[in-house]
Amino acid sequence: MTTQHTYFNPVREDRWLRETYIDLLLEHAERDERIVVLDADLMLASGARRFAQQYPQRSVNVGVAEANMVGVAAGLSAMGKIPFTHTFTAFATRRVLDQIALSVAYAGLGVKLMGSDPGVTAELNGGTHMSMEDVAIMRSIPGMLIYEPVDSAQLRAAFPQIIAHEGPVYIRLLRRNAVKIYEENAPFRLGKASLLREGGDVSIFATGIMVAEALAAADALLAEGVKAEVINLHTIKPLDEAAVLTSVGKTGCAVTCENASIIGGLGSAVMECIGENHPVPVRRVGVRDHFGEVGLTDFLKEKYGLTANEIVGAAHAVLKQKG
Amino acid sequence: MNDKIAGLQRQANEIRKLTIREIGMLGVGHIGGCLSLCEVLAALCFSIMRVDAENPGWRERDRLVLSKGHGGPALYAALALKGFIPVSLLDTLNRPGTTLPSHCDMRKTPGIDMTTGSLGQGFSAAVGMALGAEMDRLPSYVYTVIGDGETNEGQIWEAAMFAGGRRLDNLIAFTDYNKLQLDGYTQDINPLEPLDDKWRSFGWHVQSIDGHDIGAILYAVNQAQKIKGKPSMILLNTIKGKGAYFSEDQVGSHNMQVTEDMWKTAVAQLEEEGA
Repeated sequence: MTTQHTYFNPVREDRWLRETYIDLLLEHAERDERIVVLDADLMLASGARRFAQQYPQRSVNVGVAEANMVGVAAGLSAMGKIPFTHTFTAFATRRVLDQIALSVAYAGLGVKLMGSDPGVTAELNGGTHMSMEDVAIMRSIPGMLIYEPVDSAQLRAAFPQIIAHEGPVYIRLLRRNAVKIYEENAPFRLGKASLLREGGDVSIFATGIMVAEALAAADALLAEGVKAEVINLHTIKPLDEAAVLTSVGKTGCAVTCENASIIGGLGSAVMECIGENHPVPVRRVGVRDHFGEVGLTDFLKEKYGLTANEIVGAAHAVLKQKG
Repeated sequence: MNDKIAGLQRQANEIRKLTIREIGMLGVGHIGGCLSLCEVLAALCFSIMRVDAENPGWRERDRLVLSKGHGGPALYAALALKGFIPVSLLDTLNRPGTTLPSHCDMRKTPGIDMTTGSLGQGFSAAVGMALGAEMDRLPSYVYTVIGDGETNEGQIWEAAMFAGGRRLDNLIAFTDYNKLQLDGYTQDINPLEPLDDKWRSFGWHVQSIDGHDIGAILYAVNQAQKIKGKPSMILLNTIKGKGAYFSEDQVGSHNMQVTEDMWKTAVAQLEEEGA
């Protein structure tokens, strides 16, 4: 149907994604009294101070005490509130795994846990603050929904669905300017994969900052005559298995792309699904069993192989395997 | 007043006997930390707390978070006597498919306000509940019971600092201070003293009482309710395994085997004593 291909032109959004997140909290808090915001002494980082100024009674800074933050959020949820907590992804997950697993998920309480600065985007905070394993940790918790917004339009579309979702949600949020992927009001459903580009040769499943890399890789592949299908798996759990299987049913091979460890992350989720249902060659692009280190995003993306080039190489490998 | 206290002591005795039976029927359980709770549970469930067994989800009710979740069997006995669950259900404790697990589960048992078991966590949730009640200007008090061993957890002190700083005076906490934790005496393992001063320094109103004296418990809670601008900690000086000949003040009573002969003898002894 399409005769002319439009190449992906990466454009950074003007505003940081955290500002959209806070806008959305403010908008929804106005009509939904249940919304409360908790932070562990990182309101200046999350931008939540703007929320606190408008809703001081519904804003809770617990100080540098992440375990207590999750517990207090669970208690607030048990009282009928919809708490949104925040700290950096590393502390939002591995530091408080037991609190999330038991006081939130096992207790069936719908706390919304926002972790900011995923993967290499922790940049100059370095290895201590750089969670490669947060997706794997959160995937292991029954009933946890994991959502990684790709840009402001998608976050905006997702937000009412996150509030309406009864169970716990982990929001893996880039704080800074996202590359714009979606038009405002593009149709979007939490839990449903988003097809960005159709193609019959290889499926590329990507999340977060790797979506832009996947689109750039698809362009490079097209120049070689390879038609890649690009799918944004923004909801890492529960995985849209039907979308994954439909795509690989057509293409017969796949590459996954994530700004996280390939051990237990999106790549694992996709491989588990494919391996059990429709085995085809798959390669995972992501951080390979490695801690982080200080550096700017572009440096770290090169260092850990989170680039369009890496995706192209992986696509070549699976295409060759497919034969 | 004396009649009231005598009535509550009878309820505490019933909770104690049902708990011994409940764990004895299964053959193993957290008997020690259950039996030190009987008096405070009787006072809370049968006198202090505003709850409705017909309507366990009543929004304006008082909440109870048994942060030392392994005390679940004693709380189940109290809930059964209060009419939240049938007394016969106690026989299902920890049996396959039960709604009465070792540790409290708000999704399984009517009358349980928070899922607990990983120590330190319920206390934070109780603080969150008190905060939520304050935000919504509910008349509810949040009561919570922590263990003395549980007091080792860092999360207890994170929550203590926060509740003290936030001046949550609708929060009334108890420490089941039976001086024994799983591996031995609290003073030998990770000393807590001076425990009252610790809580005071975190901004709490502190009382220390005989945790098996129901009159003292009622009085202390009444005092705590009058204190404005501070959460309250009531240190219950208790005896672990209280009332069962095989468990009272015994290291090793944290989670122990209880044979049919043991539980029947213990219950018979309590009945002979008129308990």
